[in-house]
Amino acid sequence: MIEPTRDHYQDIRLFTARGSWIKLILLLVVLVSLPLLLPGYRVFTLNYMAVFVIVGLGMNVLVGYTGQVSLGHAGFLAIGAYTMVLLMTRLAVPFPLALVMAGFVSAFFGFLLGLPALRLAGPYLAIATLGFGLAVTQIIAHSALFGGHMGLVVPDATVGPFPLSGDVSKYYVIVGITFVLALGVRNLSVTRVGRAFRAISDSEIAAATMGVDVAYYKTLSFAVSAALTGVAGGLLALMTGFISPGVFTFTLSLMFLAMVVFGGLGSITGAVLGSIVMGYLNLEMDAFQELPVLGPALEGFSERFMSTVGLPNFGWVVTGMLIVFTILIEPRGLYGLWIRALDTTKRSKSTDADLSRSGPGAD
Amino acid sequence: MSFFAVDGLTMRFGGLTALDDVSFEVDRGMIFSIIGPNGSGKSTAFNCISGIYQPTAGKIYFEGEGISGLAPHHIARLGIARTFQNIELFSTETTIDNLMLGRHQHMHSGVWSGVAMLGRATSAAREETENRERVQWIIELLDLVRVRDRPVGELPYGTQKRVELARALAMEPKLLLVDEPSAGMNADERAEVAVRMRELRAELDVTILLIEHHVQLAIGLADRVLALNFGKPIAQGAPEEIRQHPEVIKAYLGDG
Ligand SMILES: Nc1ncnc2c1ncn2[C@@H]1O[C@H](COP(=O)(O)OP(=O)(O)O)[C@@H](O)[C@H]1O
Ligand SMILES: [Mg+2]
Repeated sequence: MIEPTRDHYQDIRLFTARGSWIKLILLLVVLVSLPLLLPGYRVFTLNYMAVFVIVGLGMNVLVGYTGQVSLGHAGFLAIGAYTMVLLMTRLAVPFPLALVMAGFVSAFFGFLLGLPALRLAGPYLAIATLGFGLAVTQIIAHSALFGGHMGLVVPDATVGPFPLSGDVSKYYVIVGITFVLALGVRNLSVTRVGRAFRAISDSEIAAATMGVDVAYYKTLSFAVSAALTGVAGGLLALMTGFISPGVFTFTLSLMFLAMVVFGGLGSITGAVLGSIVMGYLNLEMDAFQELPVLGPALEGFSERFMSTVGLPNFGWVVTGMLIVFTILIEPRGLYGLWIRALDTTKRSKSTDADLSRSGPGAD
Repeated sequence: MSFFAVDGLTMRFGGLTALDDVSFEVDRGMIFSIIGPNGSGKSTAFNCISGIYQPTAGKIYFEGEGISGLAPHHIARLGIARTFQNIELFSTETTIDNLMLGRHQHMHSGVWSGVAMLGRATSAAREETENRERVQWIIELLDLVRVRDRPVGELPYGTQKRVELARALAMEPKLLLVDEPSAGMNADERAEVAVRMRELRAELDVTILLIEHHVQLAIGLADRVLALNFGKPIAQGAPEEIRQHPEVIKAYLGDG
């Protein structure tokens, strides 16, 4: 069987289908107009979700591609946030540069954590990363440089001559960066380094016999993942205006791991979807209250049967159930559900022979 | 100094001696077969050569350099590729991505150039495209065109074996270790394997070290044969000698 000469670039190009440009423009239009359409306080929520998406991209590189586990990513988030704020307050480094440095410093710590991780796997690695996350918050909480338990106020940021004062201007910076980073991770995943990451999670032995230096790529994966999370930390500081050790909890690390599993391991679309949902739930857990009839009913239920803390607790229960049910229905998480939905609509729309949707570009 | 040599290779697992003082030499361009009943240490020898096991004793030389003790990825970079008896593919990846992993050592893109792939003129994109073009002939040679973009985990067993061979070839190795290419195949498929091996040797500048449980196939293909039994070398020589060797016949009694 002889093929007509194929254009090999089509394997890795971003827009494989003809309609992709239109979809991209639609997405951009939605992203640009969203803060203008929503009430002001919702923009804060969007910013928070975007920060989660960046962490989700980082977790996807480490957990989804390379198959390593981390229960300490709140530590990298903290390192990024504190690096940026300290550079801005102590050394008067401008915000954009401080944010980049946040990524680098966090990457460095990711590399350091990656070294012991080479000898550890599965539950042992989970415990080591958990210890790292806890240690970071402890060190921050007990050091005057980091403001201790009291935390630090984030100075006003400017991009060139433009001050980032309100949530809306921060939104464009945060979402813009998120968008660029998502494209970057997508590119990484279809080129040499991303392929080596994924090979390691499939079969370390086979990867090594193909010439992949498994130790190097495992630590590199930690560093890349930490860099993304560090940038997310800087942006979190920017959007909240205040950071303290209480933000970067073990629970948050757990959320980060849960959201990529929930979204669908190894898929960028999945990581983004999972992070959006988890980011929303994490911030708006008590928004159940605002629901018309259901809100008070749930509140009553929660107060009677669950604990004195009431509704926030219920939020956790809902989050947990959502994760469990999604994974039960579809082990590939939200991404799997998404793919199924696409398949169903495609099948009902046409009986074309061309149903091939997979391939890296489609993800 | 010969192209490839193993000298006094010994591998013990606790009380079990899987390889016992095995020595052989392979000249460039040969097909060298290692035969022996199940459990005689053939795969263990491959694992020692490719650096997955550290031998208990003995030396391995490739192009005059000692390679025992090197990490698997170093050995791969020297130009030694292999397949596995129990297929070790990247099962969630497509055929082409498996082959591209074989190109890993010939490519250079790092994190930065990968992330910044913005159109076909950027370095990472050019490197990807070039290397995809480069392995296209392997895909055609091993009849994988139709499964090029399919995840290999879903492919039939025989096809997976071909993908694994293709991936090893994508590395452009000087020495190719093939572990049981005809395992689990019927007579027709086995004949196909034989044809393919001869083709490879004829068309490529590659030396093949072949493990084959099926004695007739192994001996038929080989320029030289080593027979193992319980980890011990029992015979070594030209195919005709091995066929008539009393020790070999004894080891294979009832084994066809
Ligand atoms: N990693 C290992 N640990 C313990 N024993 C092993 C290991 N690898 C191989 N063996 C043993 O070594 C012997 C030779 O195995 P192997 O090399 O796979 O044989 P062959 O490939 O000739 O069938 C067998 O008895 C096997 O059980
Ligand atoms: Mg074997």
